[in-house]
Amino acid sequence: MLQLTDRDRSMLNGDRGPAPQLAMSILVRMADVYGAGELMDISQAHVDSTIYLGDATLEFAERLASLGARVAVPTSSNVSGVDECGWRDWAVSPEWAAKAARQMLAYERMGAVPTWTCAPYQTNMRPSFGQQIAWGESNAIAFANSVIGARTERYPDLLDICCAITGRVPAIGLHLTEHRAGQMLLQLVDVPLALQQDDQFFAVLGHLVGTLAGDRIPVIDAVVVQPAEDELKAFAAAASSSGRVALFHMIGVTPEAPTLEAAFQGRAPEQTIAITTAELRAARAELTTADGRELDMVILGSPHFSLAELSRLAPLVAGRHVHPRVKFLVTSSRLMKERAHDTGVLAPIAAFGAQITLDTCILASPMLPPEIKTLMTNSAKYAYYAPSLLNTRVTFGSLADCVRSAIEGRVVRDESLWQTA
Amino acid sequence: MIAGRAVVAGEAEGEALVTSDALSFWGGYDFHTGEIIDKRHPLAGVRAAGRILAVPFSKGSSTTTAVLLEAVRAGTAPAAILTTGVDSFFALASIVADVMYGKSFPVIALEAADFALLRSGERLVVERSGLIRTK
Repeated sequence: MLQLTDRDRSMLNGDRGPAPQLAMSILVRMADVYGAGELMDISQAHVDSTIYLGDATLEFAERLASLGARVAVPTSSNVSGVDECGWRDWAVSPEWAAKAARQMLAYERMGAVPTWTCAPYQTNMRPSFGQQIAWGESNAIAFANSVIGARTERYPDLLDICCAITGRVPAIGLHLTEHRAGQMLLQLVDVPLALQQDDQFFAVLGHLVGTLAGDRIPVIDAVVVQPAEDELKAFAAAASSSGRVALFHMIGVTPEAPTLEAAFQGRAPEQTIAITTAELRAARAELTTADGRELDMVILGSPHFSLAELSRLAPLVAGRHVHPRVKFLVTSSRLMKERAHDTGVLAPIAAFGAQITLDTCILASPMLPPEIKTLMTNSAKYAYYAPSLLNTRVTFGSLADCVRSAIEGRVVRDESLWQTA
Repeated sequence: MIAGRAVVAGEAEGEALVTSDALSFWGGYDFHTGEIIDKRHPLAGVRAAGRILAVPFSKGSSTTTAVLLEAVRAGTAPAAILTTGVDSFFALASIVADVMYGKSFPVIALEAADFALLRSGERLVVERSGLIRTK
């Protein structure tokens, strides 16, 4: 039975205005769904409801805004449905752009910080270890829980904003220590160091782990390299696309997993699965749906490209030029573009002929013209969703493969590490 | 007859569409047509609008809920969703659809063994109590 505090009840009764009342009424019904005994405080939120899909998402946002809704905790905003400054360069219709912009405005009126990024953990609103937060956006949820050790349930669109407005969440699931224990063990077996050092490795591993984990918390053991933050970002995004991973532990890498004992909180794994090179090769092959060498566009940045990723890209493209038949697009955030500009990283990328889209991505905004049929990417998330959402064919490869292909105007991949012997 | 937990209570009747593979509605469901569009999913190309969709749980994108809300508004949502265990995403979509449009769909959680008894093509009736029977 759900126990509410006086403050919760005053929101539910409407004493604090109609917006907290609406948000709390949804939250209370969801607390019942989750089987929560009480609600608890959060100190930060990330709102994925910002993504414009159609009239319903817009009506929901404008209804809350018109009721005078204000977020009660610092709240970052996920991608929107439009790059407000750049959409005219693409196939976005003026009607879509106008409605998506209205939805952005509604969340800004509620007090959400206009970060407009799916990588909020790479802004100054990054939460800290142990912090109780309510985050939407599957990749961000997995990253915040696993890599930072902040605590959020897997919050969906439309609920994240209710948590932000009330500052409350059901006291359940990943907010609580006992539900953060690993449930299944995935052990790398004889996976060569060279493969683990490849820049595709963590995205491919994440894709595989997502498909294997089902609804359980996976623990990955025997990773022998120390992944960079952007590699863990790629892993989290891949595992939360192919699967429903909201928390993973990587032994010796993530903060709640110094040891197997710690990751499983002293319990035994429900299941142990070996991951071999053969399975990783098969998982990588699943990320490619194109079979030829045709290439219309290279797309990077799902989740949004970071300054570190832009800094890796810059020397690869410096002094080169993208093939005239191919588009090269990087999706990123306002903040990262500004930082890249300030550090001089942006100039060689622009000179190469790359375009940058901000605030959104090719999956959240209908920006690709119909003649773009074949994509190449180093993002497992783009590779996972593009075939279904955009009806395009896709090739997955390394960052260097993507750059080389863009220059040559056809798909070229260095397969030396990934080919079957 | 199967007794499920009415996570969101309601009545529905329709043809069962059953899969053992989890589904993300974002990138997986076209709310304009009510069709499952995830090319990696066994039900790709099948229209789920108005049917009783049995899917073990949601996966992938947080935007699954928003796609379902759009589908309710457009009249292209499944008539009910049956899951194994409680799926908060499907429940939320139904609750917000009720708040926004006065239209919700039943979301029923089943034991895995009961879920395994369901067959595509059966005509099912979902009762307010969470009881599911064939017609």
